[in-house]
Amino acid sequence: MQASTSILSATAIDKIFPGARALDGVDFSLHRGEVHALLGENGAGKSTLVKCLTGAYRRDGGRILLDGADVDPQSTLEAQNLGIGTVYQEVNLLPNLTVAENLFLGRQPKRFGFIDSRDMNRRAKALLAEYDLDIDVTAELAAYSVAVQQVIAIARAVDLSGKVLILDEPTASLDAHEVAMLFRIVRRLKARGLGIIFITHFLEQVYDISDRITVLRNGKLVGTRATADLPRRDLIAMMLGRELVQEVAAEHGAKGEGGEVRFRFRNFGRKGHIQAFDLDVRRGEVVGIAGLLGSGRTETAEILFGAERADSGTAEADGRTLDLSSPRSAIREKFGFCPEDRKVDGIIGDLSVRENIALALQARRGWARPISRSEQDRLADDYIKALDIRTSDREKPIRLLSGGNQQKAILARWLATNPDFLILDEPTRGIDVGAHAEIIRLIEELCGKGMSLIVISSELEELVAYSSRVIVLRDRAHVAELVGNQVTTDGIVEAIAASAGKADA
Amino acid sequence: MNPRYLPLTATIAIFLIAYAVCIAQYPNMLSTRVIGNLLTDNAFLGIAAVGMTFVILSGGIDLSIGAVIAFTGVFLAVLLQATSIHPLVAFVLALAITTAFGALMGAIIHHLEMPPFIVTLAGMFLARGMAFVLSIDSIPIKHPFYATLKSAYYKLPGGGRITLIGGLMLLVFALGILIAHRTRFGANVYALGGGTATARLMGVPIGGTTIGIYALSGFLAGLSGIVFSLYTSAGYSLATVGVELDAIAAVVIGGTLLTGGSGFIAGTLVGILIQGLIQTYITFDGSLSSWWTKILIGLLLFAFILLQKGLIHVTDRRRRHA
Repeated sequence: MQASTSILSATAIDKIFPGARALDGVDFSLHRGEVHALLGENGAGKSTLVKCLTGAYRRDGGRILLDGADVDPQSTLEAQNLGIGTVYQEVNLLPNLTVAENLFLGRQPKRFGFIDSRDMNRRAKALLAEYDLDIDVTAELAAYSVAVQQVIAIARAVDLSGKVLILDEPTASLDAHEVAMLFRIVRRLKARGLGIIFITHFLEQVYDISDRITVLRNGKLVGTRATADLPRRDLIAMMLGRELVQEVAAEHGAKGEGGEVRFRFRNFGRKGHIQAFDLDVRRGEVVGIAGLLGSGRTETAEILFGAERADSGTAEADGRTLDLSSPRSAIREKFGFCPEDRKVDGIIGDLSVRENIALALQARRGWARPISRSEQDRLADDYIKALDIRTSDREKPIRLLSGGNQQKAILARWLATNPDFLILDEPTRGIDVGAHAEIIRLIEELCGKGMSLIVISSELEELVAYSSRVIVLRDRAHVAELVGNQVTTDGIVEAIAASAGKADA
Repeated sequence: MNPRYLPLTATIAIFLIAYAVCIAQYPNMLSTRVIGNLLTDNAFLGIAAVGMTFVILSGGIDLSIGAVIAFTGVFLAVLLQATSIHPLVAFVLALAITTAFGALMGAIIHHLEMPPFIVTLAGMFLARGMAFVLSIDSIPIKHPFYATLKSAYYKLPGGGRITLIGGLMLLVFALGILIAHRTRFGANVYALGGGTATARLMGVPIGGTTIGIYALSGFLAGLSGIVFSLYTSAGYSLATVGVELDAIAAVVIGGTLLTGGSGFIAGTLVGILIQGLIQTYITFDGSLSSWWTKILIGLLLFAFILLQKGLIHVTDRRRRHA
């Protein structure tokens, strides 16, 4: 029975990256003629799993069965030939070639050894007609909208592969009308018996189109459910990792509440980025920020740090107006920011641990007043010891360190500037459990010293553990603030789900 | 009109207007003799520029061709002077060497993931150096077969001559157009120019195509070297310095996007003819310094780069509003 309905099944897939286990024994199965949503926060392992299925990565363990036969694709090309086609958010077609050339690249019809353009164009036209697309196939791909390009990419993938279609956030840059068009096509392909894996972070779309949902978190399978049997609230709980146990917020009263308000943001925001919000942060307080992916968490951090300039509102500290127009001025106001993707935004891989730690302090002092080498050495040694950064010596290039130690080094970078206000975006993402606990201990220590912190995390238990208040975001707006004994994982999930329900109504 | 044809149309229009201006001033320029000479004088540059067009379409660059042309010339001259082999055999040998040389550069670019600029720059020094190793003198080629080849021509009405090498250039352009637009290799070259990573995902054999492109460029540089040795009846290691830059200029003026992915082989022919036309005009004038060629080419290049930028901008805007 299982064999007849299941077109693709993966069992116990492992994928290990240096310093992190990206997939840990994940099972996944896809039926013929179903749309299967694959969900999870950033770093949950969705894209790693997809890449293992499409051959972009080699898995480190587990089996993949396609139509009941073991497969081990070494490349996306091989996966394609086996029958697994993928369409990415960024359209992976060539904008400089014509539509027909894109559809038939590498398999152009030939006559007398030469490409028969007329035949190719005719076939391209016929192929797209199946998707209700009547366009000039001899025009360059770049002449068409992303939605049309997306359909062309799907047409190519289905024509090439024809068993499994993976849609990786295909709707991210489409408007509602275009999404509807795409979904019509997906439903038709489903009726043809294709297995479709649909990755997105728009939950409405998941409920609109999918038959089953698989949720991953931290590289582990949380569960697979039929969409109809999974209320939105339970889905959010699965994604954010809550088994909905009632928690007692006993110690929350002690954590910084009642202290004087130090930072005051009023009507702070930027159009199209994050809706204006009010925010007070007390001395020695940790304010947590929760919300689903794409809800405006990182945008909030960026605007507070001046990485995106606010176009409305004011910010003051102790009654004095702050200049947060750029990261440089934010640093001058004693702000610090550890960004979400440390590989891209945080570390400079080829510089040593010492240089990475000294970077922000040097930037604040200006290049005219270099930090002496001995001072840098002292600084680095101090923080390596204080934060227990595991490195053989301070001159080691930082890219050779594990994720947790890189994270601590970035933290050290900002601590060296002795900030009053520190923003941590996903400080525990992608690091192992031991380092997790140390980072959390550090956060608690810092606020004990009177620093004000904003921590963004999709790990709700963590947020609950150190935050005195939690701001809940949805659709790029601050929708709720949880205080005191409202700060429980349950409370956060409720708040996200409640506001989600409201938006749908 | 499809915007992809705009640069080509602009090139052709510029050529026609420039030619009209020339004729208005020197009516003698409207003769088949001038056209015949235009083809003959630019044959070696044109042949090399076809190879360069493929390279640039793929998003690469080949700086070695000037040096390869000189090397081929010296190689032929030394071989014909020192041995008694037939020039045709020498031609085959030269083409084999230059093709292998190009393929080797392509293999290095692909397998070592090196920028084409650096690899072909090294290739340029290597080829030029090898030419010097063979001989530092200008060696005349006196083989009777050369005289036979040079005297072969097709007479046009009006006294003009399509010489063997002029005709060969036209043939190379015709074959180049066929390869670019009617073969899978040609489609893959355009695909590479559109984006290597995407092309790989779409199943384009990146390695084979890259090696093929540079091998083709090497082959055509070798052919260009043979044509140049026929044209000058000599081999000299200091010849054709900077020809790669003239070829790049012809390609860009011909409407090919310097970043790859868009352009036409036929445009390069017009680019060559524009350069030749400016040269001819200066010859007719007699009082202008030949450096005016370079100055005008420089200005044209600027104009075309601006045109390309403008086109990209317009296409981007159009798509956003689509």
